Amino acid sequence: MSGNGADPTLHGGEPAPHGGESVLQLTKKDFSSDQETRWCPGCGDYAVLASVQSFMPQLGIPPDRIVFVTGIGCAGRFVYYMDTYGMHGIHGRAPALATGVATARPDLSVWVVTGDGDALSIGGNHLIHALRRNVPLKLLLFNNQIYGLTKGQYSPTSEEGKVTKSTPFGSQDHPFNPVSLALGAEASFVARTVDTDKAHMAETLRAAAAHRGAAFVEIYQNCNVFNDGAFDAVRAKGEKDRNQIRLEHGEPIRFGADGERGAVRGSEGRLELVDADGRELIVHDAKRSDPGLAFELAHLAERPTGPTPIGVFRDVDRPVYGEDWQRELEELRAQVGPDELEKLLSSGETWTVS
Amino acid sequence: MAGKTVEKKDRVVVRFAGDSGDGMQLTGSRFTDATAMVGNDLATLPDFPAEIRAPAGTPHGVSAFQIHFASRDILTPGDHPNVLVAMNPAALVTNVGTLEKGGTIVLNEDGFTDHNLRKAGYEANPLEDGSLDDYQVFRVPMTSMTVRATEEIEGVSSRDASRSKNLFALGLVSWMYGRPTEPTVSWVEQKFADQEPVQQANLAAFRAGYNFGETAELVGVQYEVAPAPAPPGTYRNINGTHALALGLIAASVQSGLQLFYASYPITPASELLHTLSRHKRFGVRTIQAEDEIAAANMALGSAFAGHLGVTATSGPGMDLKAETVGLAVALELPMVVVDVQRAGPSTGMPTKTEAADLLMALYGRHGEAPLPIVAASTPGGCFDAALDAVRIAVRHRTPVILLSDTFLANSSEPWRIPDVAALPAIDPSFAEENSEGFMPYARDEALARPWAVPGTPGLRHRIGGLEKEDGTGNISYAPENHEHMTRLRAERIARVEVPDLRVDDPDGAELLVLGWGSTYGAIEGAARRTRREHGARVATAHLTHLNPLPRNTGEVLRGFERVLVPEMNLGQLVKVLRAEYLVDCESYTKVDGLPIFTRDVMAQILERQ
Repeated sequence: MSGNGADPTLHGGEPAPHGGESVLQLTKKDFSSDQETRWCPGCGDYAVLASVQSFMPQLGIPPDRIVFVTGIGCAGRFVYYMDTYGMHGIHGRAPALATGVATARPDLSVWVVTGDGDALSIGGNHLIHALRRNVPLKLLLFNNQIYGLTKGQYSPTSEEGKVTKSTPFGSQDHPFNPVSLALGAEASFVARTVDTDKAHMAETLRAAAAHRGAAFVEIYQNCNVFNDGAFDAVRAKGEKDRNQIRLEHGEPIRFGADGERGAVRGSEGRLELVDADGRELIVHDAKRSDPGLAFELAHLAERPTGPTPIGVFRDVDRPVYGEDWQRELEELRAQVGPDELEKLLSSGETWTVS
Repeated sequence: MAGKTVEKKDRVVVRFAGDSGDGMQLTGSRFTDATAMVGNDLATLPDFPAEIRAPAGTPHGVSAFQIHFASRDILTPGDHPNVLVAMNPAALVTNVGTLEKGGTIVLNEDGFTDHNLRKAGYEANPLEDGSLDDYQVFRVPMTSMTVRATEEIEGVSSRDASRSKNLFALGLVSWMYGRPTEPTVSWVEQKFADQEPVQQANLAAFRAGYNFGETAELVGVQYEVAPAPAPPGTYRNINGTHALALGLIAASVQSGLQLFYASYPITPASELLHTLSRHKRFGVRTIQAEDEIAAANMALGSAFAGHLGVTATSGPGMDLKAETVGLAVALELPMVVVDVQRAGPSTGMPTKTEAADLLMALYGRHGEAPLPIVAASTPGGCFDAALDAVRIAVRHRTPVILLSDTFLANSSEPWRIPDVAALPAIDPSFAEENSEGFMPYARDEALARPWAVPGTPGLRHRIGGLEKEDGTGNISYAPENHEHMTRLRAERIARVEVPDLRVDDPDGAELLVLGWGSTYGAIEGAARRTRREHGARVATAHLTHLNPLPRNTGEVLRGFERVLVPEMNLGQLVKVLRAEYLVDCESYTKVDGLPIFTRDVMAQILERQ
């Protein structure tokens, strides 16, 4: 993992007025609103909310300078439970709303919480464009592979053949691989974590927060009502130790309860998972400018039903949208005197009638 | 000039028409600038195809520019041209029908080849078959004379030379109407400063055209149109797009709010994006969003963040933005949505005008989602409309729809430059730091809520599209709360203050002609002419605010025996007026993609005398 998340200047603005961690004594409570949470009992969203609220104090940014933006779906309610500034928009458009906020105000820390239907179906266009532009947003995609709020239709991440209320004979749609999609959209930071894995989530959020530009985090989130167990391979006791491939920048890609398995370059140049013993394992490099390895890792597991990578796939530097723009506009504006408007209105050919 | 007579004219309408590649828009706008310098009042109408390069020589490839200029106050680009400049047979065939009987045709004889005649659909050559006998025709071999005038210039290809023939036409017409040459010469010099051969070719063509008028026996008359009396002030020529852009910048300066303009390219609103993008100096940010929906959301997001959020589009984009505008209604945040209306439905006719989005602006969102609507009436009036839209949006924390149209956007007229010191102040009055239980949906006397910008200590709050409890802003599905909020949202828009409807009724008329939007010029012009020429008794009034309507609207309507409402749609305002005031207004409608003309309204007035 890279970054330490404690740098208050990491969002491109000037330092927070109250300084960093040393001055700000914030706790989880400072980020919890007084609204009653209303997800289904047992929903993975509770775990994510608790993790985010616990993580936020580590950012060292006062809650007054943090904005959460959400769309529609179960994840959309997230905004009401965070005691920050918040905007609950319409279906799929949170990245565009958030682009407006973040571009106008690079001094704010802007977070988008979205779901697989919201971000990948109705809002697919805004997601890919926010990533391509590298808008300084932290996008948390709660992927439960189902439509929960509308009570159980298949989603763009549901597997082929999925039987749901809207697909009684099985879905014919091929699903998106969100990590691969984000990489294809030229995202500069792409990661994946699991709802109940508090430590891994905190580590991932920290890396996302430290990243300059758009950070995309897919969170495997269990919908215990409509799609229970979709992520058991990487989430359930007994299975997760076997199947979670934890990506660590600069470390060999090794997994399994005793680290007995690993990733190697196979005979045809493909990434292969093998018994690690005595093999030269591939060393993960999230900072590589070409996304080849990240793509290979994204496709190592097409579905989270066996060994599946989690962690940071890619974390590279490229120009951040609007970072210097607002500063420049403010400087220009400060130089415009009161007579400038008059000059502007009178520009071009004029004539006077007396 | 010996042998030439000078004839005085009150007003002249000239129409330049040629192939889309012939540079007619440029010719027209240069002629307009020179005309403005003379001090004539003027109004223009560019009329061009949607295709970037429609097949050359065909009627759908014809691009035209009409200018009406006069020694007195005029209001429209004119109905029937007095002079048609036709660069080829297609330009002649598509435009000769509107030319006044006995009018003048100046045509490029070189363009009338057999090939071009066939492409224009002529079976016989109109120059020879007598079909133009009712007109005064000047046949000028413009292409060959331009080529000859430029052949001495080094580095000029014959293609460059023949492409300069529009400047020849401009030179000739400039001479005919005594336009100064200096504005055109200096414009060409600057425009082609780094392409000397092209610069020289254009100047040579322009001079050749001007000198041809002066010396040739062919054109016997020069016309003089005296300057129009106008209220004292400094003037410039401006089209609706530029006026709107300046209005938005002025509103940004007056409010201290940074302008955040997000839009997606669409005809005819793209010009506003191009224009604003040049004004970074004023802190103007322009974003070309990935789609119409994103543009609206970015503007709304910026409004939450404390900027002046503006998006603009035309009909198809309005359809797409509707849900976001509804969100802005629920969030109660200031935002301006500009709709430069064009002919629909669907893609319709992207470069042709219409004003058929009124009911969509009023009602085109699900649920009860009222918002204020401002409509511009004249090209220069787009400035005031923009300022007023921002004033209402900021004061009342609401999205405002500003209706313009293709005609206003492209048409130009002299504009008296407003006195900056007299522009209204706009106070954003942001909510201030506060440690005690902040209420995001608390109300002031106008029922507006606080604008609490992220980053302000103590004002953390969440807003969203879900129904919320008044005051606290907490989500609420309580029946009585939704009833209350729905009525409150209606009431707060009803309370927006708009100027009273002003009636011009010099003769105590029984007939009122009531308009909105770009029909202003045609209605006023028709009323003046029918009073002057036919002794008609007619009153006029014009709505600049469509929601809420001026408080005195019902009283005004009931004060007349008959109310006529001309519209560029199938009677949308009439529907609203009948529903609101139970007054049986009469509708006159026209939807041919062209503006309503003075003659159209004159006929309607005269029928009702």
